[in-house]
Amino acid sequence: MSVLSDQLVTFSILAYLVAMVVHAVEYALGNARVRVDQPARELVGAGVGAAGGAVSGPEPTVRAATAAQRTAARARLAGLGAVAVTVLAALLHLGALIARGVAADRMPWGNMYEFVLTVSFIGVASWFVVLWKRPTLRRLGLLLTLVMVLLVATAELLLYTPIVPLVPALNSYWFIIHVSTIVFSSGIFLLGVVPAGAFLMRSGYEQGRRSFPYLLAKRMPAAAALERLTFGLHAFSFPIFTFAVIAGAIWAEAAWGRAWGWDPKETWAFISWVVYAGYLHARATPSVKRNVATWLAILGFLTVMMNLFGVNIFFEGLHSYGGLD
Amino acid sequence: MTVTDDRPAPPAETPRRRPNPVLALLRNSWRQLTSMRTALVLLFLLAIAAIPGSVLPQRGVNPEDVRDYFVAYPDLAPVLDRLGAFDAFGSVWFSAIYLLLFTSLVGCITPRLRDHVRALRSRPPAAPKRLDRLPQHTVFAAPAGGAPAIAAVLRRHRWRVEVRGDEVSAEKGYLKETGNLLFHASLVVVLVGVALGSWYGWSGNRVLVAGADNAFCNTQQQYAETSFGPQVAGADLPRFCVQLDDFEARFLESNGQPEFFNAKVTVDEDGGTPRPAEFSVNSPLRLDGANVYLLGHGYAPVVRYTDRFGRSQTSPNPFLDVGDVGLTSEGLAAFPDANVDPATGERDPDLQMAFSGLYLPTAPQQAPFVRSEFPTERNPLLNLVAYRGNLGLDAGIPGSVYELDQRQVDAGRLKEVGTKLLQVGEVWTLDDGTTLEFLGTEPYVVLSVRHDPGSTLLLVSSGTLLLGLMGSLFGRRRRVFFRVRPADPAGESSTSGSSLVDAGGLPRVDHPGFADEFTRLVAAVSGAGRRADPDGPAGARVGAE
Ligand code: HEM
Repeated sequence: MSVLSDQLVTFSILAYLVAMVVHAVEYALGNARVRVDQPARELVGAGVGAAGGAVSGPEPTVRAATAAQRTAARARLAGLGAVAVTVLAALLHLGALIARGVAADRMPWGNMYEFVLTVSFIGVASWFVVLWKRPTLRRLGLLLTLVMVLLVATAELLLYTPIVPLVPALNSYWFIIHVSTIVFSSGIFLLGVVPAGAFLMRSGYEQGRRSFPYLLAKRMPAAAALERLTFGLHAFSFPIFTFAVIAGAIWAEAAWGRAWGWDPKETWAFISWVVYAGYLHARATPSVKRNVATWLAILGFLTVMMNLFGVNIFFEGLHSYGGLD
Repeated sequence: MTVTDDRPAPPAETPRRRPNPVLALLRNSWRQLTSMRTALVLLFLLAIAAIPGSVLPQRGVNPEDVRDYFVAYPDLAPVLDRLGAFDAFGSVWFSAIYLLLFTSLVGCITPRLRDHVRALRSRPPAAPKRLDRLPQHTVFAAPAGGAPAIAAVLRRHRWRVEVRGDEVSAEKGYLKETGNLLFHASLVVVLVGVALGSWYGWSGNRVLVAGADNAFCNTQQQYAETSFGPQVAGADLPRFCVQLDDFEARFLESNGQPEFFNAKVTVDEDGGTPRPAEFSVNSPLRLDGANVYLLGHGYAPVVRYTDRFGRSQTSPNPFLDVGDVGLTSEGLAAFPDANVDPATGERDPDLQMAFSGLYLPTAPQQAPFVRSEFPTERNPLLNLVAYRGNLGLDAGIPGSVYELDQRQVDAGRLKEVGTKLLQVGEVWTLDDGTTLEFLGTEPYVVLSVRHDPGSTLLLVSSGTLLLGLMGSLFGRRRRVFFRVRPADPAGESSTSGSSLVDAGGLPRVDHPGFADEFTRLVAAVSGAGRRADPDGPAGARVGAE
């Protein structure tokens, strides 16, 4: 079972990679359509200008237009294909989690490796919900699969841990509540970064910037829609995260005798919470630009990542999943 | 967006009176402090100010790391210490930020609370003259019952309704502001809960070895370390005694990781009869006025030393685990009262005895005997060094009960007189004929005993905080207006002769689903006269957008 899980993880990374490439193809085809459009218009102009010339005006336009349609259809196909591959990747990912859970005989979130796997799965699963509600946002999949590849591969390469049971301190139902909600909200925050990043690029693009990162957003959904999605995801996730922190405090009281002790993990959860609260505030303050607010959301996610990776690696604390004391 | 950075300026003062510059300054600063921007900046500062506390070791979390830090950075550490960096969350700068933030918070929510109460008590406002200028607008044939029928439908959809003649105004979504205020107010209560805990709370840690002789009662002297809130005196501690009867620990065969702990104790609370109790890592022993938490465990080797005069002393000595999976433990058995001449009662300060070394619950089959292979006692072995001389306990410097005073050894006042591996039951005869016998071990637990009077308040306010937050994030304030009027004599063909209804909708916050809701509401209202409203809209409403 444990071996199966490891193999499934590898396959799912590959599948995310493929999905990313297919999304990129969709993207490239999308750009191609614009390139086809423009020559077409020029041809029209040329045709009219050279009235009575050998080339009749409308014909190339039609040809170009059908070519454009074909490319668009291909782009759409690629997009749908990318989603299908992402679904496949997510299923492999889920399979890996289940196999790991069965092998360990507990929920698959006992250490950093499992934690990252579960968080990223929640992220991709919520992505399907978003996609189902707002199919027009499909192109975000490019960014999302990129994030998935990075996270899952990081987990696999740097954090891999063989299966061990939970130490007694982790063996409580408050632990399950705490960790499941942390995992869940982190997954949504993870997903929230995708439209946030896309928004920052896209809003630059809409303001006429054509330099490197902004140009990538040419084919992205409209900035306003991205921004609204960013907010929606964060507004949804923030109360869950808040609850998770409270549940953690309740658990810490039972396990260690104090609800809050400024252990590094707790400190960084506090920092994340404050930064996200800052994001929600900034978004509700008219004089703060949406870009600035969105940067706060991204900063918030960086603090979450810091808690996931950095704190486990750099600091020692009660949360280090170590022994009893 | 209904929020503005600054609240509307107070009504202008009577022009004749000169504004007092000091008052004006104060008022301006206050307005600045309670603005959303300031709150934002302070929140950001708070996040940044929390970082040092996670990077540098903290006294409250791990005092030993702080000591190590002082050793590692002898120049830097005292400077940081003066800045409060090792107690970052109690430092002046951290407190200043959150106190300012909470002042801002109170200054922010108080006027909003007043406004909100006023809004809750006032009736929905009269419909604006031109409903067609509102974001949502439509005209439809009036239902049979006219304005009262419309109002009835709206009430059924849980709108707050006000009928003024032929006009109906309705409002919904007060939950948003209610929730927001509840959330922010709960933040203040959380802070109060924390403050209560730190003023009136206390805690103490100690090691408790199994056995009736080793029971402890809850007094300040019984703890190895205590932390008392400024409002707590030793006499305030609730009275109870705890005796460890048995401690059970199970470990994984494969890698020695702990799997299960359980401590069986006898508790004697003041006035009660002694009763048995059990507790474990995630389920503390909850007593009246204090909770007892299990933080660690280990073995206390019991040894009997028989001195030159034939007098024996037996003591259990908790050895502390060095942190490996096998529970290799390190400790000291000291006998400062050894070799007291029974005839004269005089103690020779240079004939005190101490045995320091390792305890291995599962010793390996061959040397070196310095690491235990498994945490349970499968091959228990004591690896000891004997010292004779002056233990330095009388020097006035409190010594650790777990470590030898190294200064005495360095100064030659304490001399090594032999080393020995001891199995249970083995007797070691030293060079002067005295003996040490390893009788076995007793389990011990590390306990933290705590009382936090703020905890209930914290729990309750966390709950209201969460409720308020959800109301605030998912609630949406909006208004609708309906005006029944005679059909336009000029036309609107099909309906002429009967009446029409002008309807308008105004979302007070960004609310993408409002158009749908408005459409459904209008459909429900226009069908009101004909049939009972099939309760569609409420169920179909979308949650988070
Ligand atoms: C302890 C510090 C504070 C924290 C952690 C905090 C947190 C939050 C959070 C998480 C929200 C989002 C909920 C929502 O959007 O309704 C919020 C909203 C809000 N906060 Fe605060 N807040 C704090 C202090 C303040 C202060 C000092 C003010 C006043 C200047 C303030 C005014 C507001 C307002 C007006 C909203 C509503 C925004 C909206 O309409 O969406 N908050 N706060």
